[in-house]
Amino acid sequence: MVEPMLAVRDVEAGYNPSLPILHGISLDVFEGEIVTVLGPNGAGKSTLIKAIAGLLSISRGSVTIGGRDITGVETHQLIRERVAYVPQTENVFAKLSVEENLALGALHNPDQFAEQRRRVLDLFPDLERLGHLAAGKLSGGQRQMVAVGRALMADPTLLMLDEPSAGLSPKLAQVVFSQLIRVKQVGVTILMVEQNARAALKISDRGYVLAEGQEKVQGDARSLLDNPEVGELYLGANSRLARS
Amino acid sequence: MMQFVADGIVSAALIALGAIGISMTYNILRFANFAQGEILTIGAYFTLLLVSLIGAGIGTLGPVAFGWPLLVSIVFAMAATSVVVLVVDWLLFRPLRNRKAARITLIMAAFGLSLMGRNLVTLIAGGEPQYYAFFIPKAIEILPGVRLVPDDFAIIGIAIIAFAALFLFMNRTSMGRQMRAVSENPTLARINGIDVRAVIRWTWIIGASLATVAGALLAHNTQLRPEMGFDMLLPMFAALILGGASNLYGTILGALVIGLTEAIAVSLGLAGYRAAITFMVMLIVLLFRPQGLLGEKE
Ligand SMILES: Nc1ncnc2c1ncn2[C@@H]1O[C@H](COP(=O)(O)OP(=O)(O)OP(=O)(O)O)[C@@H](O)[C@H]1O
Ligand SMILES: [Mg+2]
Repeated sequence: MVEPMLAVRDVEAGYNPSLPILHGISLDVFEGEIVTVLGPNGAGKSTLIKAIAGLLSISRGSVTIGGRDITGVETHQLIRERVAYVPQTENVFAKLSVEENLALGALHNPDQFAEQRRRVLDLFPDLERLGHLAAGKLSGGQRQMVAVGRALMADPTLLMLDEPSAGLSPKLAQVVFSQLIRVKQVGVTILMVEQNARAALKISDRGYVLAEGQEKVQGDARSLLDNPEVGELYLGANSRLARS
Repeated sequence: MMQFVADGIVSAALIALGAIGISMTYNILRFANFAQGEILTIGAYFTLLLVSLIGAGIGTLGPVAFGWPLLVSIVFAMAATSVVVLVVDWLLFRPLRNRKAARITLIMAAFGLSLMGRNLVTLIAGGEPQYYAFFIPKAIEILPGVRLVPDDFAIIGIAIIAFAALFLFMNRTSMGRQMRAVSENPTLARINGIDVRAVIRWTWIIGASLATVAGALLAHNTQLRPEMGFDMLLPMFAALILGGASNLYGTILGALVIGLTEAIAVSLGLAGYRAAITFMVMLIVLLFRPQGLLGEKE
């Protein structure tokens, strides 16, 4: 049996010790996969990623990466475990230039800076000509590229993305998803949270559906796409729309 | 005429050197450090201690009434002041941060420190004015009828070198970038692998070092008194707010406005009202630009 790259076991966590938001979540991500976490608003998707990243304290359960226990890791040490994380909002340093954002991404591997920068610019060629601009001046799609590019500069083995297509037009969202396929192809494992269930599952290997702080359904992406229970749990009234 | 411009720029340089520390603690540690004045004072007294340890007076450099002995003393005093400030952070502000103390708690702690600092300096060094050296400032004629004090130029020069070094540090070094990143978004900074504790240490070191330069040069120009830094607190905060608290370079611009306004007030024979006039200018500017001269709208 293959060891998961990321193993979340029975995690209870929240913003306030007396009021857990996650009630014992378990989840696996295997090397080379794209795994998507779905769920309605307020289900605890962002909370789950923040707990993995050490931004919230975990009151029960464990998180391991490559077999190493990183439960309650200090957030700034996460990158040393080669886990990069792109938050849902405010995910670039708006006052810093695109190049400075990328340079900060390679904070702990400065000797790899030129090589990683090349790799990121191959993925996102647009960033080359935007390099000197303040990241805050960019459009939503460009900003998302800076955010993902900054995360990739650290040469992570696992990339966690919180709603990478949020706020983008359907067309731009497609661009982001096809870029994520290329990120996967260069050997980066991806765990992402998405609202755009259909498009996300299409590029995913497996998925989890969260509701009320627990995982309700899991399975490979294709079976989730066809699963009527997923429609009910997650897509709700919009199920027809999302399936059309 | 020229002399009052020079006076204004000298006091602007001293205000700015002191206020940069306030700006950095405000943007990175997120509280108004009302103890900054005492950091200037302590820096000036450490310089005095080192000048007397070296025992060679303060030297001269051409027409300037201070030289290497004072400059070397200032450099060592920068280190000593930084150590004191780091110890105080470790003993007081760090535990408060770890307990997620409210901003007002940090500000009140700084107020308490300010009082304590002044009392401690009085206790150790005495309350009466002291001097690094006795000298009579000699104005030289640079143009027919225009006489200026060479020390003023030396002070302005030192300030410009310090600001240039700061600019290079903030824009060209990894730690400078990390400091700007933390000041903009501490959470993203941590996610990005930045150790905020190291950034905080550098914030104190830079603020305390520049404050030491300000305190020592101010003391050279006037005298050492336990209240010397506290008396600078209002102009320093005025410069910070006038320039736009979120912008380091705004603080320098704000200091220039405050320094020149003070000098104009003095040259008009209104020395006694200079604080009031300075604040009026600040309020008028803020009426038109509430975010300060270089600050951004929220
Ligand atoms: N900073 C916070 N402090 C306290 N409670 C919070 C905080 N952020 C989120 N919550 C609560 O935690 C629960 C889960 O929120 P979370 O952000 O994880 O949801 P989500 O699944 O990411 O939703 P969305 O799709 O809207 O992003 C919600 O009930 C929310 O109100
Ligand atoms: Mg969310």
